[in-house]
Amino acid sequence: MRAGVITFPGSNCDRDIAVALAAAGARVERLWHAETELPRLDLIVLPGGFTYGDYLRCGAIAARAPVMAEVIRRAAAGVPVLGICNGFQILAEAGLLPGALISNAGLKFICRPVELEVATTGSIFTAGYAPGQIVSLPIAHHDGCYVLAPDELERLADEDRIAFRYLANPNGSVGRVAGVLGPGRNVLGLMPHPERAADPRTGGTDGAIMLRSLVEALG
Amino acid sequence: MKARVEVRLKEGVLDPQGAAIGRALAQLGFQGVAAVRQGKLIELELDHSDRARAAAEIRAMCEQLLANPVIEAYTIAFED
Repeated sequence: MRAGVITFPGSNCDRDIAVALAAAGARVERLWHAETELPRLDLIVLPGGFTYGDYLRCGAIAARAPVMAEVIRRAAAGVPVLGICNGFQILAEAGLLPGALISNAGLKFICRPVELEVATTGSIFTAGYAPGQIVSLPIAHHDGCYVLAPDELERLADEDRIAFRYLANPNGSVGRVAGVLGPGRNVLGLMPHPERAADPRTGGTDGAIMLRSLVEALG
Repeated sequence: MKARVEVRLKEGVLDPQGAAIGRALAQLGFQGVAAVRQGKLIELELDHSDRARAAAEIRAMCEQLLANPVIEAYTIAFED
């Protein structure tokens, strides 16, 4: 599997996800936000960080970076896209995922492991988990409160596109939603960091399950 | 030509920063503040003076970048 991890100005989890994907068996390329062309890729990753300093809105400027037109085209063509934390914010701003991420309800930056319920195993990202499995992944964010109109949230649930839910809501997200799938089920955005739970030396390996699942699915 | 864009959270969108400001005002002794919501002011200086063209351009700026239509509404005003 050829994975491309995009670095924007202010991305800081790009290397971590690249290392974790390589450990899971992927061939990983690092890509620059100003590129307008992309090589052939089996997976595109938008990593965590504080792109453009979170100026204007988190992920707002990165979502309009030169590379994103091609990312959007590839996503429409069915290429898997994984957005982690700021990457999720970028995907929402780019219109590849519904809703928006706003300030945590408690106003504090939260940095700790959280327990999540795997809400669907019907995606290449989550096929490696058991339905309803409880996993632990760290969150580290100030603006992780997921908002979505009630009727849209209902539709997401009906379409089985809620990927992860927090067991205990840390940030006010509607429906305790921690991660969602796009309409084609090939785009996943989640606030928790799977790359930070991919090595026993850093406290957990529940994130490695997702990455290995992707390598298995995408060759 | 100068224009002012005000971006606000839509009604019903949680605004914890506004609430925090309200609590701070109460702590300072200001009474009777029922609610506080915080928005953004973006000032633009254009290098032409065609008002109609500016209105269309700035509306497009708001739709494409300055406001997130999922959670924000905007108003545009021109300085005479």
